[in-house]
Amino acid sequence: MMFKLGALIMHPASKYVLLALALLFPAMAANEYQIYVMATAFIWAIAVYGFNVITGYCGQLNLAHGGFFAIGAYAVALLTADYGWNFWPAFIGALVVTGVLGLLVGAVSLRLKEHYFAIFTLCVGFIIYLLLDKWEELTHGALGVRNIAAPDGFGLVNFRETIPVYYLILFFLVFIIWFTSRIQKSLLGRTFIAIRNGDDLAQSLGINLMRNKILAFVVSTVYAGLAGALYAGMIRFVGPEDGNILHTFNMIMYMLVGGIGTLFGPLLGTVGIVWITQSLQFLEEYRMIIFGPLLVILVIFFPLGIAGSFLTWMHRKAQALGLGSKKPQKESKVKTTAGREAENNA
Amino acid sequence: MLKVEHLTKMFGGLAAVNDVSVEFGANQINAIIGPNGAGKSTFFNLISGVHQPTSGRILLEGKDVTTMRCDHVAKLGVGRTFQTTNLFETATVLDNLIVGYRLRTNSGLWDVLINSKRLQAEEKAAREKAREALDFVGLTYAENRYIADCTQEERKRVAFALALATQPKIVLLDEPAAGVNPEETEGLADLMKKMVKHGLTVCLIEHKMDMIMGIADKIMVLDHGEKIAEGTPEEVKNNPVVIEAYLGSDHDAAA
Amino acid sequence: MTIFLQQVFNGLTLGSIYGLVALGLTLVYGILHIPNFAHGALYMVGAFISYFFMVDIGAHYWVAMAGAAVVVAVLGVVCERLVFHPLRNAPPIHDKIAAIGILLFLEALVHMVWGSDFRRMASPFGGVVNLDGVFLREQGILIIASTVVLVVALNLFLRKTMVGATIIAMAQNREGAFLVGIDANRVAMMTFAISGALAAIAATLYAPLNLVYPAMGHLVIMKAFVIIILGGMGSIPGAIVGGMIIGFAEAFGGYYISTAYKDVIAFALLVVILSIRPQGLFAKGAH
Repeated sequence: MMFKLGALIMHPASKYVLLALALLFPAMAANEYQIYVMATAFIWAIAVYGFNVITGYCGQLNLAHGGFFAIGAYAVALLTADYGWNFWPAFIGALVVTGVLGLLVGAVSLRLKEHYFAIFTLCVGFIIYLLLDKWEELTHGALGVRNIAAPDGFGLVNFRETIPVYYLILFFLVFIIWFTSRIQKSLLGRTFIAIRNGDDLAQSLGINLMRNKILAFVVSTVYAGLAGALYAGMIRFVGPEDGNILHTFNMIMYMLVGGIGTLFGPLLGTVGIVWITQSLQFLEEYRMIIFGPLLVILVIFFPLGIAGSFLTWMHRKAQALGLGSKKPQKESKVKTTAGREAENNA
Repeated sequence: MLKVEHLTKMFGGLAAVNDVSVEFGANQINAIIGPNGAGKSTFFNLISGVHQPTSGRILLEGKDVTTMRCDHVAKLGVGRTFQTTNLFETATVLDNLIVGYRLRTNSGLWDVLINSKRLQAEEKAAREKAREALDFVGLTYAENRYIADCTQEERKRVAFALALATQPKIVLLDEPAAGVNPEETEGLADLMKKMVKHGLTVCLIEHKMDMIMGIADKIMVLDHGEKIAEGTPEEVKNNPVVIEAYLGSDHDAAA
Repeated sequence: MTIFLQQVFNGLTLGSIYGLVALGLTLVYGILHIPNFAHGALYMVGAFISYFFMVDIGAHYWVAMAGAAVVVAVLGVVCERLVFHPLRNAPPIHDKIAAIGILLFLEALVHMVWGSDFRRMASPFGGVVNLDGVFLREQGILIIASTVVLVVALNLFLRKTMVGATIIAMAQNREGAFLVGIDANRVAMMTFAISGALAAIAATLYAPLNLVYPAMGHLVIMKAFVIIILGGMGSIPGAIVGGMIIGFAEAFGGYYISTAYKDVIAFALLVVILSIRPQGLFAKGAH
């Protein structure tokens, strides 16, 4: 019974159902605020997808990830408010800036392994925060940036309104999920996962560690920059608090709850936790009293998260039901290419 | 096949491998034995490019690979397994093997974005090579099983298959039979013989002497980073220096 | 010259605090290979416990410090038992995330109990000694003296006692230590206790010069990480030397370069050094 339900969820058509639900959400929402909350959740989800590329697939815990979100947001903010750019050129600018900075930071930080990398990026994240806060000439310091341009609409579409901006963000989210699924299934995604399994083994498989790690890092920072740029376009105000390390910690939680290294985990975790947080508004400042221990419990008992645990359970169930498994064979008859060569040579 | 000349690796002031020269012939099983800490794993790391040697040369089929980076050495046809292989536990055996052929492919991020013909062809090839390797090690039946659900011996075979999926000419196996029972050890020994029969050259580090003596064509003995003997199993077995080294190390362990 | 000496004193004071915090961090790292991101939260909790003992109970400064040391030591042990011990064989990313979970929890808890106000904590050593134009705060002198005493005591403990010897043995060779039958659990708990106590003492020493608030651990922990990377992760002398480097860099940088950016100095230093030497200044290898 449970298995059948699971199979239904795994059915390829369910992602279209999910998309339809997302498209219909503004019609179902009780008020505009709910649409706004959902749009915010989608923005974070985009950033979490980036986190998942570098940390979930490639195995490098990048604690500066929230910093790149803030850089994306500030790039749009400063380019539109201080330099008079339109939104879309500034948007492209934000992707370029986060990509280039990602390349630079990645090239330095990825030479470090495991703990060193995590600590180094923690410090980079903090430098980003301090610079946003202190470099008043550029960032307006603690005051933040106001008067950010909204995304330019076309025809009757005006992205100053909540519903159009919701669809704009949904469009980017769908694109990001699609693109990530392509990466995950491809040889490139498998390369990232091989690196997560271990540097030594990956190297012995002929994988260029640095190049692939940097690639994953840049992809992840561009995702974060994209999310930040959308954030600036929707909220139209940014401040140094957007670069607070807490955002990175939040994203870790979204990713972990949903399922680290899975395709739908980031979406599930982000949307789920954002709504739970909304319904626990009375907790606001203290929500970490629940979420902190939750994080600990998750890594100890359910490190696979919701999506990961579900997929594992489904797979085992399918194996137990005898789907797709064959009888053991003693010895194979097929020869490898090396074998054929050897025989030809003989 | 593989020729090593005066290979030395210093860590700090200590020589982990000291002036080792040896030649491993093609299509043979070559074993490296020696007490713990003799420098066997370091020797493998030097050949596969993980460490750069302090001095000496490494020639692979006459080509100088001494200072070559790990991934380049792998591309030239050096496959490798480790004492413990960390795999993606909650992915299937086949999924874990597909990446093995990655080094023979060229698709990048752009191919992923446009889903290029090249990417599709390469992914198909990688899947085929993974299946071939799986078949070779006799694990086709476990293709869809999670790594987490595999036995110790099956994991060893998966590790072999992963190395084979890179299409190597020579494989370096680090303690392939550690942690499996005698019967399974025999199975793995047969697998190594099969590799040689199919044109591969095998180098292995092993502590299980019965197995080594049974299958090796040539044995090199390392002690404190130095080569103290080499030859056929028969020669090595009767070499007084080797016996002394092993007994000596037993004394050390007891003290 | 006066200004220079003044900055030397300030650097020593800061360096001592950083050194103490980094010492706890490096001990835990050396033995358990956990980068304990929650260490800054332990430091913060230490300050609040002292504050509680002094202001709410009216205990003397020294009593409050001892109380905070004990409470935070126990807290450290609890963290080890409940969180890090179950994760000892997990992938390395897990213990880091768990440490972040502890950090978030402790901060939220303190926030709930004490609120987010900045609090002032008085110490009986509020005076200033004028030494030929160089103003030495009594609290600063206390900090430096206490650090010297603690470092010497810790050193004696590690070198002369059985428990200390086992900690050193485990730091040097974990597998080997298991082989010769060291009770790894006891050593782990002991290490967390020492680490927590040092954090609480450092916090209590520094709080009178600073303020007490829930986010007070953020900067300190990050600087402590910078320090132990500079000094070599797991190295005890490295933590002290690294602490002094950062302390002096901040004191002099803050005066001669810019006060606004003095907090950036430590991180910029780290970025520069790791860009040139990925294995740290004194470390043997980045493993």
